[in-house]
Amino acid sequence: MANVTATAPATERLQLLRVLGPAHIWALGVGIVLVGEYMGWNFSVGKGGMIAGLAACWVAGLLYTCVAMIDSEVTSTIAAAGGQYAQAKHIVGPLMAFNVGLFLVMAYTMLEAANAITVGYLLDTVAGMMGHTGLNQKPFIILSIMFLAWLNFRGVLATLTFNLVITAIAFLAIIALFISVQLGVSAVPMDFSAITTAPLPYGWIGIVAALHFGLWYYLGIEGTCQAAEEVRSPARSLPYGTMAGIMTLLIAATMTWYVCSGLLPWEYLGQAGTPLFDAARVTGSAGLMVLLFVGTMFSTLASANGCINDASRAWFSMGRDRYLPSWFGAVHPVYRTPYRSIVFLVPIALIFALGAPLDQVVTFSILSGLLGYTFMTFNMVMFRRKWPLDTIKRGYVHPLHPLPVIVLLTLCAAAYFAVFLGYGTQLSAMMCFYIVASLWFHFRRYRFVRRGDQFTMPWPKPAGY
Amino acid sequence: MDIWNILEYVAWALSAMFGALMLINLIRIDTTYDNELLTSSREGEIEVTAERHQI
Repeated sequence: MANVTATAPATERLQLLRVLGPAHIWALGVGIVLVGEYMGWNFSVGKGGMIAGLAACWVAGLLYTCVAMIDSEVTSTIAAAGGQYAQAKHIVGPLMAFNVGLFLVMAYTMLEAANAITVGYLLDTVAGMMGHTGLNQKPFIILSIMFLAWLNFRGVLATLTFNLVITAIAFLAIIALFISVQLGVSAVPMDFSAITTAPLPYGWIGIVAALHFGLWYYLGIEGTCQAAEEVRSPARSLPYGTMAGIMTLLIAATMTWYVCSGLLPWEYLGQAGTPLFDAARVTGSAGLMVLLFVGTMFSTLASANGCINDASRAWFSMGRDRYLPSWFGAVHPVYRTPYRSIVFLVPIALIFALGAPLDQVVTFSILSGLLGYTFMTFNMVMFRRKWPLDTIKRGYVHPLHPLPVIVLLTLCAAAYFAVFLGYGTQLSAMMCFYIVASLWFHFRRYRFVRRGDQFTMPWPKPAGY
Repeated sequence: MDIWNILEYVAWALSAMFGALMLINLIRIDTTYDNELLTSSREGEIEVTAERHQI
């Protein structure tokens, strides 16, 4: 280890590396989300039956298509780490930005913890199938977080290339299962009779309740814009990667519903832990079983990996603007990663992964995500009003404005109601947490922020100012 | 002791190794480089140099 202290020349700055392309953006977005196809979405079937599950799949798909379009337009203009945090800072204001930054960190750190819990559960399942009972899941949960944090620490290109490979394998596994079933490989025929015999077992309210878990199909696609400061061509790569990502997910979600609903009874599907893996087991094909187990593991690891990447970028950019201690705004001089933020968030993820139940962790993640989507609606309206289309250059202009905003806001309201039906206490607790954090920021923290430095985009004055 | 018990120990060891690698590197970097250099990153530098946002 060198004992010298290197001092920076006045003009030298350490920046995050711009090395990513559209494929990495796709891998980041789809990688975070695809685990939702492998598990979690099926609770929507339990809430309202097969038709409710399909309705939730497509309604949530519509919600996230709006999210992807809105996000693509704003992000192609504000290419900064922190994504929606940087958008809120420039378009709405500091208090909103602080809250959005917290939404992001909470949503991704909780999701990372949930993924680590799932890795432990999956290995326990395999150990059980091999005759070993009482597997200690903790070392595997900790290892998954430590390994992925270390990978993120070492560099963004290797991290997201790794994500690209394992996400592609997980996606191809779903397609392979779909094609195999269509070709008649399955020992059990597809059976959709429940659509007519029990179309809506809990009535129309079942569709609303199912929406909560329909979000799992797509939750996290908005994470693509956290890489904005590390892509070679943000105005092109971000919209391209994000829109390709949502299209991939819409296809994967529909295939997943189709195969699982056809092979598994809806009563079982509604409470299954690993529905795609279970569907593969039902086919009786050992090859499909192995492939879908690998897909389940890879999708879980890809999600945790992307979450570490995104949470650390949001935390880093808040530190860089002094919304948090500036110590967090450091860039590694060799690997060019936000290394202090990555290390700092490891114990937080471990606390939730080792000490909280899975459904609570996921619910907190979904709620933070929902708050972020709600912000996107009025953020988009303010963006178009303050900087109309003919004032600043956009890499992508989303169509039919303000229709996507209205649709998104309506669906967010329905999703809040759906979450309230099952997790009203958590919803209230989460809101209280963000209110207390906002008070702390306003009265204690904002005095440390360099107010002029935080607005970095060379835009013209907003309309009306 | 079967393979899963061994894997548990391996997982503990690897976890400790990855944690130590990160911590040691963090301490090494923080004691080698000036904090002003490490926190010198600024948002939006590419926009300032490459784009004017004018149509």
